Amino acid sequence: MTGQDKLLNLKTTSMASKVIHAIYNDDDILMHAVKQTRAAHYHIEEVYTPFPVHGLDKVMGLEPTRIAITAFMYGIVGLAVAITMMNFIMIEDWPQDIGGKPSFTYIENMPAFVPIMFEMTVFFAAHLMVITFYMRSKLWPFKKAENPDVRTTDDHFLMAVDTAHHDIDKMSKFLQDTGAVEISIVESDDDH
Amino acid sequence: MNYTLPNKLKLFAIILMVLGAVGIGAGFLSAPGSTAEVKQMMAAHGDDHGEASNESHDTIKDSHGDAAHGASHDAADEQKHLEHTLHQLQNRPWSALYVACFFFFMIALGALAFYAVNFAAQAGWSPVLFRVMEAVTAYLVPGGIIMFVLLGLSGFHINHLFVWADPEVVAHDKLLQGKASWLNGTWMLIRAAIFLGGWITYRHFAVKFSRAGDTAKENDYSNFKKTFRISAGFLVFFLYTESMMSWDWIMSFDPHWFSTLFGWYVLAGMMVCAITTIALITIFLKSQGYLEIVNDSHIHDLAKFMFGFSIFWTYLWFSQFMLIWYANIPEEVTYFMTRIEDFNLPFFGMLAMNFLFPLLLLMNSDYKRVNWFVVLTGIVILVGHYIDIFVMVMPGTVGKSWFIGIPEIGSMLFFLGLFILVVFTALTKAPLVLKNNPFMKESKNYHY
Repeated sequence: MTGQDKLLNLKTTSMASKVIHAIYNDDDILMHAVKQTRAAHYHIEEVYTPFPVHGLDKVMGLEPTRIAITAFMYGIVGLAVAITMMNFIMIEDWPQDIGGKPSFTYIENMPAFVPIMFEMTVFFAAHLMVITFYMRSKLWPFKKAENPDVRTTDDHFLMAVDTAHHDIDKMSKFLQDTGAVEISIVESDDDH
Repeated sequence: MNYTLPNKLKLFAIILMVLGAVGIGAGFLSAPGSTAEVKQMMAAHGDDHGEASNESHDTIKDSHGDAAHGASHDAADEQKHLEHTLHQLQNRPWSALYVACFFFFMIALGALAFYAVNFAAQAGWSPVLFRVMEAVTAYLVPGGIIMFVLLGLSGFHINHLFVWADPEVVAHDKLLQGKASWLNGTWMLIRAAIFLGGWITYRHFAVKFSRAGDTAKENDYSNFKKTFRISAGFLVFFLYTESMMSWDWIMSFDPHWFSTLFGWYVLAGMMVCAITTIALITIFLKSQGYLEIVNDSHIHDLAKFMFGFSIFWTYLWFSQFMLIWYANIPEEVTYFMTRIEDFNLPFFGMLAMNFLFPLLLLMNSDYKRVNWFVVLTGIVILVGHYIDIFVMVMPGTVGKSWFIGIPEIGSMLFFLGLFILVVFTALTKAPLVLKNNPFMKESKNYHY
C-alpha cells in the first residue's frame, strides 16, 4: 500500500460517514448482491424494496423477529382479560343461569365462555402486535417517509452500504459488478 | 435410491405382531362365558366394583320405572345385570380389536386423502414425500380387508358390537326400527364394500401412475396429469364416503345418538394421525441416511399441518360438545354423560394430549424444525387420537366394564406390527424419490 492510499483512507474516515446507494431493478440480482456485499465484509445499513423479498432478512443477517413472542404474551393477556371479564359479568355481578344449568361457578359454565376467551385472545394478540410493530418501526400518523429514493416504492430496489473506512471508488466498482444499475454516494444523516 | 428393509425392523414388527396376537388370544380366552363366571370375576375384583355396578343397575331399574314390580324382582334384576355385564365383557376383546384395526386403517386412509389433496392442489413443496405417503397408503388393502371382516362379523351379529344388529333389541326399539333401513348388516356391508372399493381403486391407479412416471421419458408429465385428474374425482368421492363411513363404523355404536358434524370430526382426527405418521416415517428414514433431499423446511411444513389439524380437530370437538352441552337435550346429552362419568380420565386426558400438547409444543416456529420435538409431539398426538377412537367406540360396546389391559394393548401391538411391516415393505418397492413430477425441482429446492 502506498503512502498516498493511506492518506486517502484517513481522509475518508475522518469525514462524516458516507453511504453508497446502489440501485437494482430485480429482486434476484439484489439478493445475490446482498450476499456478495456481505461476503466482502461491507456493512449494509438498509435495503429498500417495493415488496417483501422472501429470504432477504436471512441473507442480510438480520436477527429473527421477536414479534411472535410478544404475540404469545398479548394472547395470554387477552385470555386473562376474557376470563376476568366473564367471571365478573356472568358470575359475580349478575349471576346468570346458563343453559338451564344454574351452577353459578365459572368452571361449570366455561363452555359458554370459550368462544369469548378465544376471541379476546385473538383480538389482543392481533391489535397489540400491530401497535408493537408500529412502535418498533417508529411509525405513527403523519410520519414523513424515510425513503431515500421514491423509485423503491415502484419497481426499484435500493441497498444502502456504509462506506466506513473503505475505499469509495473500489466499493463503487464492486457494487457495479454486483449488478447495480445506478450508484450514488450520499452523506448520511446523523439522526437517522 | 431404493430403501431396503432392515432385518431388525422386520423382526421388531413380527415380534409386535406375535405379542399382539398372544394378547388378542388371551383376551378372547379370558372373556367370561357365562353369568356365573362374571359373578366370580366381580367377587375377585372386590366389593368396590360390585357396588359401583349395583348403582348402575339401580338407575337402569329406575329408568324402566316399573315401580309396581317392587323389591321382589331384585333377584331377576341381579340376573339381568349380570347378563348385561357378561355381554360387555364379551364385547371387550372385540372392541379392543376394532379400535386398533380402525385406528391404523384410518391412518392409511388419511394419508391417501392427503396425497390426493397434494395432487389436486398441485402442491410444490411435497413431491419429495410422495413415496412415503404411497407407502403409508399401502396399508389400506390389508387393513381394509380386516376391517371388512370385522364389520361383517359385527353387522351380522356374530359378536355383539353393534346393538342395531341384534334383532331382539331392534324388535323392542322404535328408534332402531326407524333406522333399520340404513342400519342393517347387508346394506352396511354393501356400503363398506363400495367405500373400500373406491378408495383402493384410487390408490391402485395413483400408485400405478406414480411408478409409470419412474420409467417414462424425461419431462413426460402425462402420468402426473392422470393422477391429478383422478385425485380431484377421488376427493369428491372420499368426502361423501368418509362421512358415511364415520356414521356406519363409529357413530352407530351409539345408534340412538347422532351428530351432524361427526364425519368432519373423524376426518380431522384421521388427517392429524396420517400427517403425523408421514412426518415420523420421514424423520425415521432421514435418520437412517435416506431421503437426503428432505430438508428441515419439509418437516416444518408437516409440523405446521400437525399443528393446524390438531387445532381443527379441537375446534370440531368443541363445536360438537358445546352445542349439546348448551341445549342439554336428554337424548343428545347422554353421549357426553356416559363419557364424562364413565370415561372421565381418557375423555379429558385425550383432549389435553390432542389439543394442549401440540398447541404449546408446536406453536413456536423454530420447534417445528427440531426433529426430535416433532417426533415427541407426534407420538403424543398418535396416542391421544388412539384414545379418542377408544372413547368413541368403548362406551357403546363395553360401557362401564372398560379397562386398558391385555386385550387392548395386544390389539394395538398386533396392528402396529402389521402396519410397520406393510408400510416399510411397501417403501422398498420403488425408489424413494419419484421422477417426472413437474413440481419435483421446486420441492427439492424448497426452503422456508
